[in-house]
Amino acid sequence: MSIFSLFGALEIGLIFSLVALGVYISFRVLRFPDLTVDGSFPLGGAVCAVLISHGTSPYLASLAAMAAGALAGLLTAWLHVRLRIMDLLASILVMIALYSINLRVMGGPNVPLITEPTLFTLLQPPGLAEHIGRPLLLLAIVIVAKLAMDWFFGTERGLAIRATGSNARMARAQGINTGAMVLLGMAISNALVALAGALFAQTQGGADISMGIGTIVIGLAAVIVGESMLPTRRLVVATLAVVLGAIVYRFFIALALNSEFIGLKAQDLNLVTALLVAVALVIPQLRRRLARRPN
Amino acid sequence: MSMSKNTKRVSLAKLGALALATAFAAPGWAQSAQKSVAVATIVEHPALDAVRDGIQAALKQAGYEAGKNLRWQFQSAQGNTGTAAQIVRKFVGDQPDVIITIATPTSQAAVAATKSVPVLFSAVTDPVAAKLVPNWEASGSNVSGVSDLLALDKQMDLLRQVVPGAKRVGMVYNPGEANSVVVVKQLQTLLPKLGMTLVEAAAPRSVDVGSAARSLIGKVDVIYTNTDNNVVSAYESLVKVGNESKIPLIASDTDSVKRGAIAALGINYKDLGEQTGRMAVRILKGEKPGAIKPELSSKLELYVNPGAAQKQGVTLSEALIKSAAQVVR
Repeated sequence: MSIFSLFGALEIGLIFSLVALGVYISFRVLRFPDLTVDGSFPLGGAVCAVLISHGTSPYLASLAAMAAGALAGLLTAWLHVRLRIMDLLASILVMIALYSINLRVMGGPNVPLITEPTLFTLLQPPGLAEHIGRPLLLLAIVIVAKLAMDWFFGTERGLAIRATGSNARMARAQGINTGAMVLLGMAISNALVALAGALFAQTQGGADISMGIGTIVIGLAAVIVGESMLPTRRLVVATLAVVLGAIVYRFFIALALNSEFIGLKAQDLNLVTALLVAVALVIPQLRRRLARRPN
Repeated sequence: MSMSKNTKRVSLAKLGALALATAFAAPGWAQSAQKSVAVATIVEHPALDAVRDGIQAALKQAGYEAGKNLRWQFQSAQGNTGTAAQIVRKFVGDQPDVIITIATPTSQAAVAATKSVPVLFSAVTDPVAAKLVPNWEASGSNVSGVSDLLALDKQMDLLRQVVPGAKRVGMVYNPGEANSVVVVKQLQTLLPKLGMTLVEAAAPRSVDVGSAARSLIGKVDVIYTNTDNNVVSAYESLVKVGNESKIPLIASDTDSVKRGAIAALGINYKDLGEQTGRMAVRILKGEKPGAIKPELSSKLELYVNPGAAQKQGVTLSEALIKSAAQVVR
């Protein structure tokens, strides 16, 4: 495995750790099965790429992408909370609608960002290779996002969101407006996912309508891998676990890509990745079984 | 509990160490003297697989055989753009003599990832709009390749051979598909020069194709379609309208002829791959991609369907049928 391959895995892993943090908020904190992610990831990429190619600064474009993602999350939550559409179905509806909306936003299926300035070209430290500079900048962004999340979910409002997710009836009894908390939580979740989409478009030469396919699966896999590596009830540790999970997942893929020497072929990639992840998931079960055994 | 936690940590660490050890034990490329080609595709489907096979065939013809004197690597992202990005990064790290990328998103990821390793794109419809190359001239950068854009003048020549007196050309397309919008814009300027006019009918979804075609009845002499995904996936509903209302149908992909179009001058994706492979051979022999002009598919195949012609009210000339690569009965 070359250094390029390693840093590439780190780079993509860091981007998807933002997706994983978003998915953690919806699936774990709010317990809202949210598939909007498959639409809000390309939405972030689309908004960011279109704005940059029209001359907006990459900073503003990335913020606008987050705002668009937050709107998508709000819409899903609104369909569920106000119109009483089942949570899973509400998110599917928004995900489907976002496909058309993304085409509208981009004016076609693809917006290139190869010659335009991006966050990464603007903030590239001189004298440092691009393939090292990009993961470093991403690492800084992910650390900020993680710490902000840790702080927020410790505030009164953040705790109210957590209470809504763990026991909505009890939360209402404490005077928490649970509907508003679901709206807020879903907005934050999808804003993070859209930010990931914006960063992905900026590192990969453009936004494409197909870039959202399977985002939720990768996000969930990262959350679960992270949780099985670092099982915890503390949110501060859980967010770290989720970030690590996303990166480890990417290293598994990099590993699978480099497994040709044992006779594996291109079409085996997903199988190998699945096997590696399965092994990682079985380990905590073995641990539990060992724990149950009387010493 | 604490003991079992340790067990888990240890086994995870072991797994990681083992994984890294095997990965680093993989033979490196950079040191080997033999030539190397790395091919990346976003997904495996018949047309894209044909491109890959064509590339391999052309390399073999030039004496570069995978496993003998060529390090050949092929990876498919299996539909996932995140994986595609990682494949491209891996290839850049491997430093092959040339990276070949099939379809647009993979090509963009490769061009964004390296300014030094030669990159050849293949089956990209509009590499200029995708900003892979600044224009259709030699780029001067590390990028060149072969596009699957169809030259519309040849398509219109065919259309006039099938329906000699055609004045009004109908076109059903998805306004959300960039490739189709490009074709419509080009036809709007090309057709008046040939003494014809374009009548558009939008089909934003596959289920709209039939009603879009029906809206053209009485307004057009012939319906032409490009490789629009919506139209191609619902081509039967177009055929129904064509047969019922005797409107001749001209397609742009050869498969649609088997499904009821009268004729199509389409790309053979294996040939497209071979063309890309020949370009790769030039790079293996020392040419710079920046000095090679991006190419269009040089070889188009004519498929005709005389039965469909009869149903849609035209007769194909013997000469046209004879010139076809395949006649669908």
